[in-house]
Amino acid sequence: MKFGVVVFPGSNCDRDMYDALKYDLGQNVSMLWHKDRDLSKFNTEDCIILPGGFSYGDYLRCGAIARFSPMMQSVIEFANAGGKVFGVCNGFQILCESHLLPGGLLRNANQQFVCKNVYITNDTEEVFKIPVAHGEGRYYADEKILDGLEANNQVIFYYCDEEGQITEKANPNGAMRNIAGICNASRNVFGMMPHPERACSAALGNTDGRAIITSLLMTAQLVS
Amino acid sequence: MEVTLKTAQQLRLTEEEFELIKQKLGRVPNFNELCAFSGMWSEHCSYKNSIKWLKTLPREGGRMLVKAGEENAGLMDIGDGLGVVFKIESHNHPSAIEPFQGAATGVGGIHRDIFTMGARPIASLNSLRFGKLEEDKTQHLLAGVVHGIGHYGNCFGVPTVGGEIYFDQCYHTNPLVNAMSVGIVKAGETVSATAEGIGNPVMFVGSATGKDGIGGASFASADITAESAQDLPAVQVGDPFQEKKLLEACLEVIQTGAVVGMQDMGAAGIICSTSEMSAKGQSGMRIDLDKVPTRQKNMKAWELLLSESQERMLLVAKKGREAEVQAVFDKWDLPCSVIGEVTGDGILNFYMHGELEASLPAHDLVLGGGAPQYDREYKEPAYFEKVKQFDASAIPVPADLKAVAEQLIKLPSIASKRWIYTQYDSMVGTVNTSTNEPTDAPLVLVKGTTKGLAVTTDCNSRYVYADPYKGAMIAVSEAARNIVCSGGQPLGVTNCLNFGNPYDPEVYYQFVHAIKGMGEACRKFDTPVTGGNVSFYNQNPDGPVNPTPTIGMVGLLENINDKMTLDFKNEGDLIYLLGVLNNDISCSEYLHSIRGVKYSAAPYFNIDEEYALQQKLAVLIRDKKIHSAHDLSEGGLFVTLCEAGFNRELGFSIQTQSGLRKDAFLYGEAQSRVLVTVPVTKAKEFEAAMGGFPCEKIGVVSGGEVTVDGDFWGTIDWWKDEYDNAIENYLSKEEAGSALSSI
Repeated sequence: MKFGVVVFPGSNCDRDMYDALKYDLGQNVSMLWHKDRDLSKFNTEDCIILPGGFSYGDYLRCGAIARFSPMMQSVIEFANAGGKVFGVCNGFQILCESHLLPGGLLRNANQQFVCKNVYITNDTEEVFKIPVAHGEGRYYADEKILDGLEANNQVIFYYCDEEGQITEKANPNGAMRNIAGICNASRNVFGMMPHPERACSAALGNTDGRAIITSLLMTAQLVS
Repeated sequence: MEVTLKTAQQLRLTEEEFELIKQKLGRVPNFNELCAFSGMWSEHCSYKNSIKWLKTLPREGGRMLVKAGEENAGLMDIGDGLGVVFKIESHNHPSAIEPFQGAATGVGGIHRDIFTMGARPIASLNSLRFGKLEEDKTQHLLAGVVHGIGHYGNCFGVPTVGGEIYFDQCYHTNPLVNAMSVGIVKAGETVSATAEGIGNPVMFVGSATGKDGIGGASFASADITAESAQDLPAVQVGDPFQEKKLLEACLEVIQTGAVVGMQDMGAAGIICSTSEMSAKGQSGMRIDLDKVPTRQKNMKAWELLLSESQERMLLVAKKGREAEVQAVFDKWDLPCSVIGEVTGDGILNFYMHGELEASLPAHDLVLGGGAPQYDREYKEPAYFEKVKQFDASAIPVPADLKAVAEQLIKLPSIASKRWIYTQYDSMVGTVNTSTNEPTDAPLVLVKGTTKGLAVTTDCNSRYVYADPYKGAMIAVSEAARNIVCSGGQPLGVTNCLNFGNPYDPEVYYQFVHAIKGMGEACRKFDTPVTGGNVSFYNQNPDGPVNPTPTIGMVGLLENINDKMTLDFKNEGDLIYLLGVLNNDISCSEYLHSIRGVKYSAAPYFNIDEEYALQQKLAVLIRDKKIHSAHDLSEGGLFVTLCEAGFNRELGFSIQTQSGLRKDAFLYGEAQSRVLVTVPVTKAKEFEAAMGGFPCEKIGVVSGGEVTVDGDFWGTIDWWKDEYDNAIENYLSKEEAGSALSSI
């Protein structure tokens, strides 16, 4: 499979994602420019990644402008055709703004940017240590959507403590129900606030991110 | 408008300087020209009161690839065809008035200095000073500065990996905000700030110009008074998104090979970049100011010359290759216009709608050219008498030593800066290795190689106040010690010299002696001063700040796997203290903040012992004899032990030494000491390796209990809570929230 990382003006985790995929995970990866539209060399086995950063400055709502970029029109078509799309941080915000994922990301409950290691867990109760770095990462959706996400196993990660307990104290931004990441109903579009690409290199002392990228994106289909 | 001496004085030029201008030009300058001199001959741009002494610092040698002051930042060879570019700069005055934008544009400005040379910034640091944290004013300034640094750096996408913060009453009105950037450049891809080649186009790229920041350079060259808030238009407004695009576009345009020279527009805007590039290239320029993209209507020539609007660059391209340059900036949606051309006569001619608005010899405007250089008088400060009178024997050793430690660990200058650093993106770029494995100096990877860089900023201004010469030596030594503790070899220094008003002879004494001490230490460690910044006038009607010559230092690790971390590794490891034990409480945080002694001598320091310690430590690390290394600094041994224990929640059991005051042993700040741990199985080998070097076994790493001379002092978790939460406890949530929401 191949990976394509979209570069928006203001993306700043694009190179980190590229490095993690290429050097830490040995994958075939290329960069895609926001003004282009061509995704013809990607098929539904491949994955398009929307990286972290401040696309178009994010002076409006985060991701609200990126949604209208030429490349995003192709990414939306690609997702609707069943291609895998993965958004991290600003990428997650863009996916919500594009309505490829439900809900939205609000300003952190304490009104401050937060950068630190947090713990997240999935439905197999594995615990991963992954960094977060965002000012607007508080996942929000109405109760009906939240119930639906949980009923369909679409919440892919919850913030938790080191032991895997999903507690209020372990929630870094006030996200509803401690939600750190979700996927769509057809399980080909994924978004998460924590940065797995920052936890892939042994030299950085944390490689928990590798398992996240491989299990989410490199298995044929996420098991529900 | 007729130009008179009064006009010159209103522009903060002296009578003597006005005469010199007339003499240089052979006529009375017009208003535009006078404004140009006002900006360029301001302290900030001309270094007129400091250059004489700066020249005494070691400014070449080692791995330096350009001489200090010749380019926008220092450049040193790190092998494998790569260079490291680094610089520190102050943004004190703007931050005192408007902390959010002041700090934000300080970060933006220092990164531009790095990428204008063709380097990609990979790490930033900052050195901050505020008044007492109890004060509302301090909390407002702190919240604003931290938010500003985060706002700019997080969006720009360079990790903030380290820094230092101290709180002291002397900074109440004049906070210090020093920002440092470190970048990597490939050999052969550096760009010089020069204008060469008659007829080559001068291009203006980046943001449009507005009236913000006009007179910023001269504003930064005056004391802060009650009227300073009226200087608000002198504060610039930053746009990190624009700068991120400018970074990518500048690095891309260099690849075209069409660039002759490039310089960012910082202090004194267009006049500074045109004059410095022309003076360096021994050329002149013809500039059409009406071709500069503006965001406000009817800007006058002097406003265009002096505006400090952010995120702008001046670029000289090869004639005929303008389209290639234009294409790159179009790709990044950045304005780019040809505003003039390089000429051969050394004169800067600025036109507006065909009218000549200013005609100035480039050489006369710049440092090293016609800008004045002064020899200021100085005299020993009167307060030195009080420093000399300090007698430690008059301070009784307290009965309850544990109570002292409980207070010490919570002092804002010592406690965890977690509230601050979690607001900075410290991990973007995936180079910061110290997030998960703490080190004395943050270590960043040089991607594509096995190398790492150790970067640090250091200055304890209380020591410099007590003894400017020794205090500045200590600042350099501590920076080098932090790098050596992390497994690095110190390479070079950038300095940010924050002082009061240079026309005050006592302030100038501090400056002169700090430079002398810094020079001696830099020669000892073979770390040349590659550049930096002088910030005078950190003074208000209550007096100057403590002399604060902040040292930014960069060190190299050939192989990142040879690094050393600061945390205790295993219960049972033996704890040794390297360095001379000294019965010294002088100038310590303990003496100052807990015992309330304002005047005392600088702590014990001997530069030869310091050098020997660092050499010894480097060998121990290379030969893998130790498990951890952490240097002793503010708070002394006890705080150092706690910091080493926090990461893995390991405690310690130690014994104080006979013949020493217990408070000196636990809380003294005598210099040149490092705490190391050694596994029991390697103790003999370690002790043999130490030879006769001063070294004491003081205790053992425990599973979590903290024990001093057999007395139980609680658990490391308890100390960690006190340490971690101290600053948050000062800033109640409502207050911190409202301070931010008002921004």
